[in-house]
Amino acid sequence: MITRTRLAAGVCALLAALTAGLAFPAGAAAGEPTGQDAPKVDLVLDVSGSMRARDIDGQSRMAAAKQAFNEVLDATPEEVELGIRTLGADYPGDDRKTGCKDTAQLYPVGPLDRTEAKTAVATLSPTGWTPIGPALLKAAGDLDGGDGSKRIVLISDGEDTCAPLDPCEVAREIAAKGIGLTIDTLGLVPTAKLSRQLSCIAEATGGTYTSVEHQDELTDRVNQLVDRAADPVVTPVPAEGADRCAAAPTLKSGLYTDREEFGQQRWYRVDVPPGKELRASVSVAADRAVNPGYGVLMQAVTSKGREIVRGEAAGNGRTDVISTGLRYPKAESDDEDAPAEAVCLAVSHSFSAASGVKATPGLPLELTVDVVDAPSQAGDVAAFGLGRGWWLLGVLILTGFLAGLVWGWLSRWRVAVWRTN
Amino acid sequence: MRVVRALSAALLTLTVAAGPAAADASPSPSQDEASAPTRAGTSFRTATEIEQGQRATASGSTGDYLYWSFPADTGQRPTVEATVKLPETHASQTWQIDVWDGLRRRQACRYGAQTRTAEADTSSMKLTCVLRTVRAWSEPWGNDPLPGTYYVRLTATGVATADLGLPVDTGIRVDSKDIGGSAAVDGSLAEPLVPGIASKAEEEQEDAAVLAGLEPEDGWTSGWWSDRWVWTAIGGILAALAGVGGYALTRGTGRPSRVPPGA
Repeated sequence: MITRTRLAAGVCALLAALTAGLAFPAGAAAGEPTGQDAPKVDLVLDVSGSMRARDIDGQSRMAAAKQAFNEVLDATPEEVELGIRTLGADYPGDDRKTGCKDTAQLYPVGPLDRTEAKTAVATLSPTGWTPIGPALLKAAGDLDGGDGSKRIVLISDGEDTCAPLDPCEVAREIAAKGIGLTIDTLGLVPTAKLSRQLSCIAEATGGTYTSVEHQDELTDRVNQLVDRAADPVVTPVPAEGADRCAAAPTLKSGLYTDREEFGQQRWYRVDVPPGKELRASVSVAADRAVNPGYGVLMQAVTSKGREIVRGEAAGNGRTDVISTGLRYPKAESDDEDAPAEAVCLAVSHSFSAASGVKATPGLPLELTVDVVDAPSQAGDVAAFGLGRGWWLLGVLILTGFLAGLVWGWLSRWRVAVWRTN
Repeated sequence: MRVVRALSAALLTLTVAAGPAAADASPSPSQDEASAPTRAGTSFRTATEIEQGQRATASGSTGDYLYWSFPADTGQRPTVEATVKLPETHASQTWQIDVWDGLRRRQACRYGAQTRTAEADTSSMKLTCVLRTVRAWSEPWGNDPLPGTYYVRLTATGVATADLGLPVDTGIRVDSKDIGGSAAVDGSLAEPLVPGIASKAEEEQEDAAVLAGLEPEDGWTSGWWSDRWVWTAIGGILAALAGVGGYALTRGTGRPSRVPPGA
């Protein structure tokens, strides 16, 4: 059984490698204007013994998953590189240690051969343990390389049976590698405990959690997630903020990502030439259980340490992110070759970790920087100092009328004076 | 008498001219429903872009953070309206919509039910947020809404663990009221507050992924036109007419009878 699956997987890998080798140059010749690699998706399917339970529309969970996979494989967009990984598919025994290593690549991540993939899925039968943590680690390895979007879709019907390796911690560590990977989770007929565990995994990476009780829900959701992977998104550039202004990295216009620990302050620097405006926004994501009550502060500071402008936000309750932004227009200079001003951006947040939650790695931070032309200044509250409304008309009419009267009397008086003379 | 007639004629012209400009308050016509997006993003970066007047839908799970973004231009007062169709059985849930501007600064709702709690027997709910009027310019230290991209997030803020992951259907629609000249302020931004606008200009790639790409239907306004021009111009004309009237009063009606012809 084990050898057979391995052999099948090996053949698949070889085939995929060949197809990749043939397909890739052609794709490159066609010209990928985005310069981004293909999006990659790894479907991770729980094949543990509990998948035998017949409670999804009268059929077993395994049958429902297989049918959903077949439909998803048919609908997968051309450009997505899809792989399938199983957990608990091979080892039926009672040895925990072996059972918790039981995860295998059923179909390697690469250009999709639908028939091959379907055949591979058909061979699955519910067998062993539920090693979610190790499977996620391996799946992250499967997706390694390339700068396209990466997504793991985890489908499970039972919580992890391989403590103490907490899958939620694993997810957070994967996210902290900064490879821009999202984990979406689906729970088949979940218990409250499974719901909590799977939504924790999803939140750790900015993914979503869905509970599934019907076959069509499963198909729709997995399809939706695979489609989402195919959407082109801007990939942020990793940056590493310093602890003070002088040592801060200089950023240009773009999207950046970093990690910020609890109670830390991160510094970045942006050069703002005269006549330009700096726009910066920051969002700090809560990827783990945090206490209610939180905030974020971003200050733009001169190199001398004077604060120019700040953006701040505070919140309370369930959230995925807290964000703020600021604008700093630098006035035009008379001197033509006036140097650009180095503006330091200091970012700090006031999240606090809930008890029993690890403080490292830091919370994910996203920073956008745009340097654009400065706005035209306002010389008046109203547009061009123009007026509006009935009062304006009244005043103008009255003034005009009075001016007419005065002018009339003046000219009468002049005529009278002329007549007398 | 002539003066009064002239004045009333001028006033009539004014009402006709200013009337449509001031009363231009109807929401923009509804877009083709078929082309409306049927999904939502899960973060600022992946927010699904929608047009104003378009009803976008998305199916999601309870606990998801659903993001959309829409463009709003000077003089508009956007109203965000979200509907949530809850699962058949659920515990009491609190849902909320939040709006951020292009700089990811949270925007206040002037009024509207931004947060709502659905009891266990409720099957759907509607959330509304009426934003402040978008101004052409504000001081950098201010938080006034500026023309550019706006983000909307719809999520359940209070939800029982057992309800997490249950399927929900959501819909969103943004309509704007055109406020017109009363909101016309001086000054203008060089570029609308669209995230990533600086990098977009540099790349000039058609297919490249962008943070936000949608513009209002007729593009961003240049910001120099407002009905203040009409008001001020009509004010000037009326002042001139009133001046003529005042002058005429001092001269009496017509030619004095005692002056002989040809004098």
